[in-house]
Amino acid sequence: MKRRNLLASAAMGLMLASGAFAQGMDKVKACFVYVGPIGDGGWTFQHHQGAMAVQEEFGDKVEIQYQESVPEGADAERVLTQMALGGCNIIFTTSFGYMDATNAVAAKFPDVKFEHATGFKRDSANVSTYNARFYEGRAVEGVIAGRMTKSNKIGYIGSFPIPEVVMGINSYYLAAKKVNPDVQLSVVWAFTWFDPAKEADAAKALIDQGVDVIASHTDSTAVLAEAAKTDGKVIGFGQASDMAEYKDGPRVTSIIDNWGPYYVKRVGALLDGSYAQQDAWEGIAGGEVLIGEITDKVPAEVKAEAEKLRDDIAAGTVHPFTGPIKKQDGSDWLAEGATAPDGDLLGMNFYVEGITGDIPQ
Amino acid sequence: MLRLEKRPTPSRFWLYATPPVAVILTMIAGGILFAAMGKNPFEVIRTIFWDPVFGEFAFYLRGQLLVKAGPLILIAIGLALGFRAGIWNIGAEGQYIMGAIFGASVGLAVFPTESRWIFPLMVVAGAFGGWLWAMIPAILKTRFNTNEILVSLMLVYVAETILAKASTGFLKNPEGMGFPGSRNFSSYPAAQNAFLYEPLGLHWGGVAALVTGVLAYILLTRHQAGFQIRLAGQAPRAARFHGVSPTRLVVLCMGISGALAGLAGMFEVTGPAGQISIDFNTGYGFTAIIVAFLGRLNPLGIVLAGFLMALTYVGGEMASTNLGLPDAAIQVFQGMLLFFLLAVDVLTNYRFRLAVGAH
Repeated sequence: MKRRNLLASAAMGLMLASGAFAQGMDKVKACFVYVGPIGDGGWTFQHHQGAMAVQEEFGDKVEIQYQESVPEGADAERVLTQMALGGCNIIFTTSFGYMDATNAVAAKFPDVKFEHATGFKRDSANVSTYNARFYEGRAVEGVIAGRMTKSNKIGYIGSFPIPEVVMGINSYYLAAKKVNPDVQLSVVWAFTWFDPAKEADAAKALIDQGVDVIASHTDSTAVLAEAAKTDGKVIGFGQASDMAEYKDGPRVTSIIDNWGPYYVKRVGALLDGSYAQQDAWEGIAGGEVLIGEITDKVPAEVKAEAEKLRDDIAAGTVHPFTGPIKKQDGSDWLAEGATAPDGDLLGMNFYVEGITGDIPQ
Repeated sequence: MLRLEKRPTPSRFWLYATPPVAVILTMIAGGILFAAMGKNPFEVIRTIFWDPVFGEFAFYLRGQLLVKAGPLILIAIGLALGFRAGIWNIGAEGQYIMGAIFGASVGLAVFPTESRWIFPLMVVAGAFGGWLWAMIPAILKTRFNTNEILVSLMLVYVAETILAKASTGFLKNPEGMGFPGSRNFSSYPAAQNAFLYEPLGLHWGGVAALVTGVLAYILLTRHQAGFQIRLAGQAPRAARFHGVSPTRLVVLCMGISGALAGLAGMFEVTGPAGQISIDFNTGYGFTAIIVAFLGRLNPLGIVLAGFLMALTYVGGEMASTNLGLPDAAIQVFQGMLLFFLLAVDVLTNYRFRLAVGAH
């Protein structure tokens, strides 16, 4: 209790000193907490690109600070407290595992804004959450997978069996099956976000089963590296970042996490005084999910079909989860023409009909 | 030409001088590294070693030192007992995870019962979990003569898989909307390892670490078992003539180090970490190996070494955030500490001789 008061009064002192009140600010110190190194080529790299975009947009009016490779749990709580004490006005915590730490520290520093990526807890008024509708990109990949597979076996490397990943698998499968009713999906769970060796093993296991299109929900380029060893028989997708170095090899397109627009918007709102707590979930339309260039390996008509789906999703005329859709156990989920409510997606813990295997529990 | 010559007996001076000399050499080499990266080396070194204890935010960071040092000390003391007897438990990280899972499981099984007996029961379960995990390499070694280094290390990866299973399956928070991770112990007072005195960062884990340090010191210097441990490490043959059973010693040392690592995991998961999650373990079990050697395998030395290591973590984070140093530079800096320690350590057993005309 004592520390709480101490921290709160220290924070108050800092806020008074910098003259920061609801009317907007002259200068914002924006801080970022990363789960990996900024050179990981995937998840953290893209968040850091977003931070750089903020710097570029506002120049002298913002100061950027960041901390790489912060373990989730007690260490995150300390780093967040240090940042808040150190005068950060807004802190972006860029991994799901920072959820409890973010909310715990936010409660002690009511005048600092906290933005937590991919979480769902907003315990105090200064915590906002944000995420991107990556499943929209998965549908575009699914169309390409369904059209491109010769063996009719497509694969997906899951990281952890959480709703975020399960909805990606379902979206990918539904889109593939729509263009190719014979398609079969194999899922391998890697139980990691970033572990090149495990990711490569998972890719090998899929290739051994005869899979020739692999999508992955893990962050490294190891899956593409493994696919590249098959003399062009197996194709894959860039994940989180464009992974353009595999453009001449197995990478046919990519899902790019583009956090820049969101970060610029939120820091801008803090500068002009319009900042308010929110739960943001933007997708292709908002520019947060980008589809990387589709290479010439994909025939022109398939490319056109994929791009049309991308544009239709952006325009809001197509939803990747549109009924009729049944669950794996045969029970009804979405009626004819109905689209999935966000709540169903955020808690998704079932496969759709046609996917074999179980979600690990 | 300089030549290394073995000392007749290890130098007592260098035994105790090695750690401070290694720290100073690390500061110098690290300073050169930071300067080469365009940072002011004095500012970086001050941020790492001075600011957490005496700087502007010391009122908060001082407490964090014990939070960070506690588990390191607890694990390192257990490891040191084994290391002194020539028993190499490298898998403390796995025992730490299993201690956390066992301890948390007991607490979560009776949620939301409020009783003062819950926490002590969880402490026992945590120690038991770590002990059990350490018994696997211990029994395989005594029965089948397997290598405890390999087996204990491999079991870390098994434990990590069980941890992933626990966070996504059997310990998953039923109110967590399907996301991985257990309930948070901060909202379950009977099972929570809360701070006893916040400004010092003192919770039951810190108490256990300091008490264990003293007990282990007494064990090693005053007790028969301690004598046997030291003898087995220094003179295995003599130990056997002295009636020391190698089997019993392996089971004893592995058991103690496993139980202590399990305790550390249990105190961490119910306290600072708050919940079982996929990435709950952050390498305390491996860092504790460095701490054990930095502390000269002496329980009291380990207590000091634990605080020094915690300082490089807490201060390193400050340097990284405030001065824009990449995380890798801080890791290199920490690595240098072990490197110089081992390098200077040569002087304990060897001395330099100027050899004229030798070849």
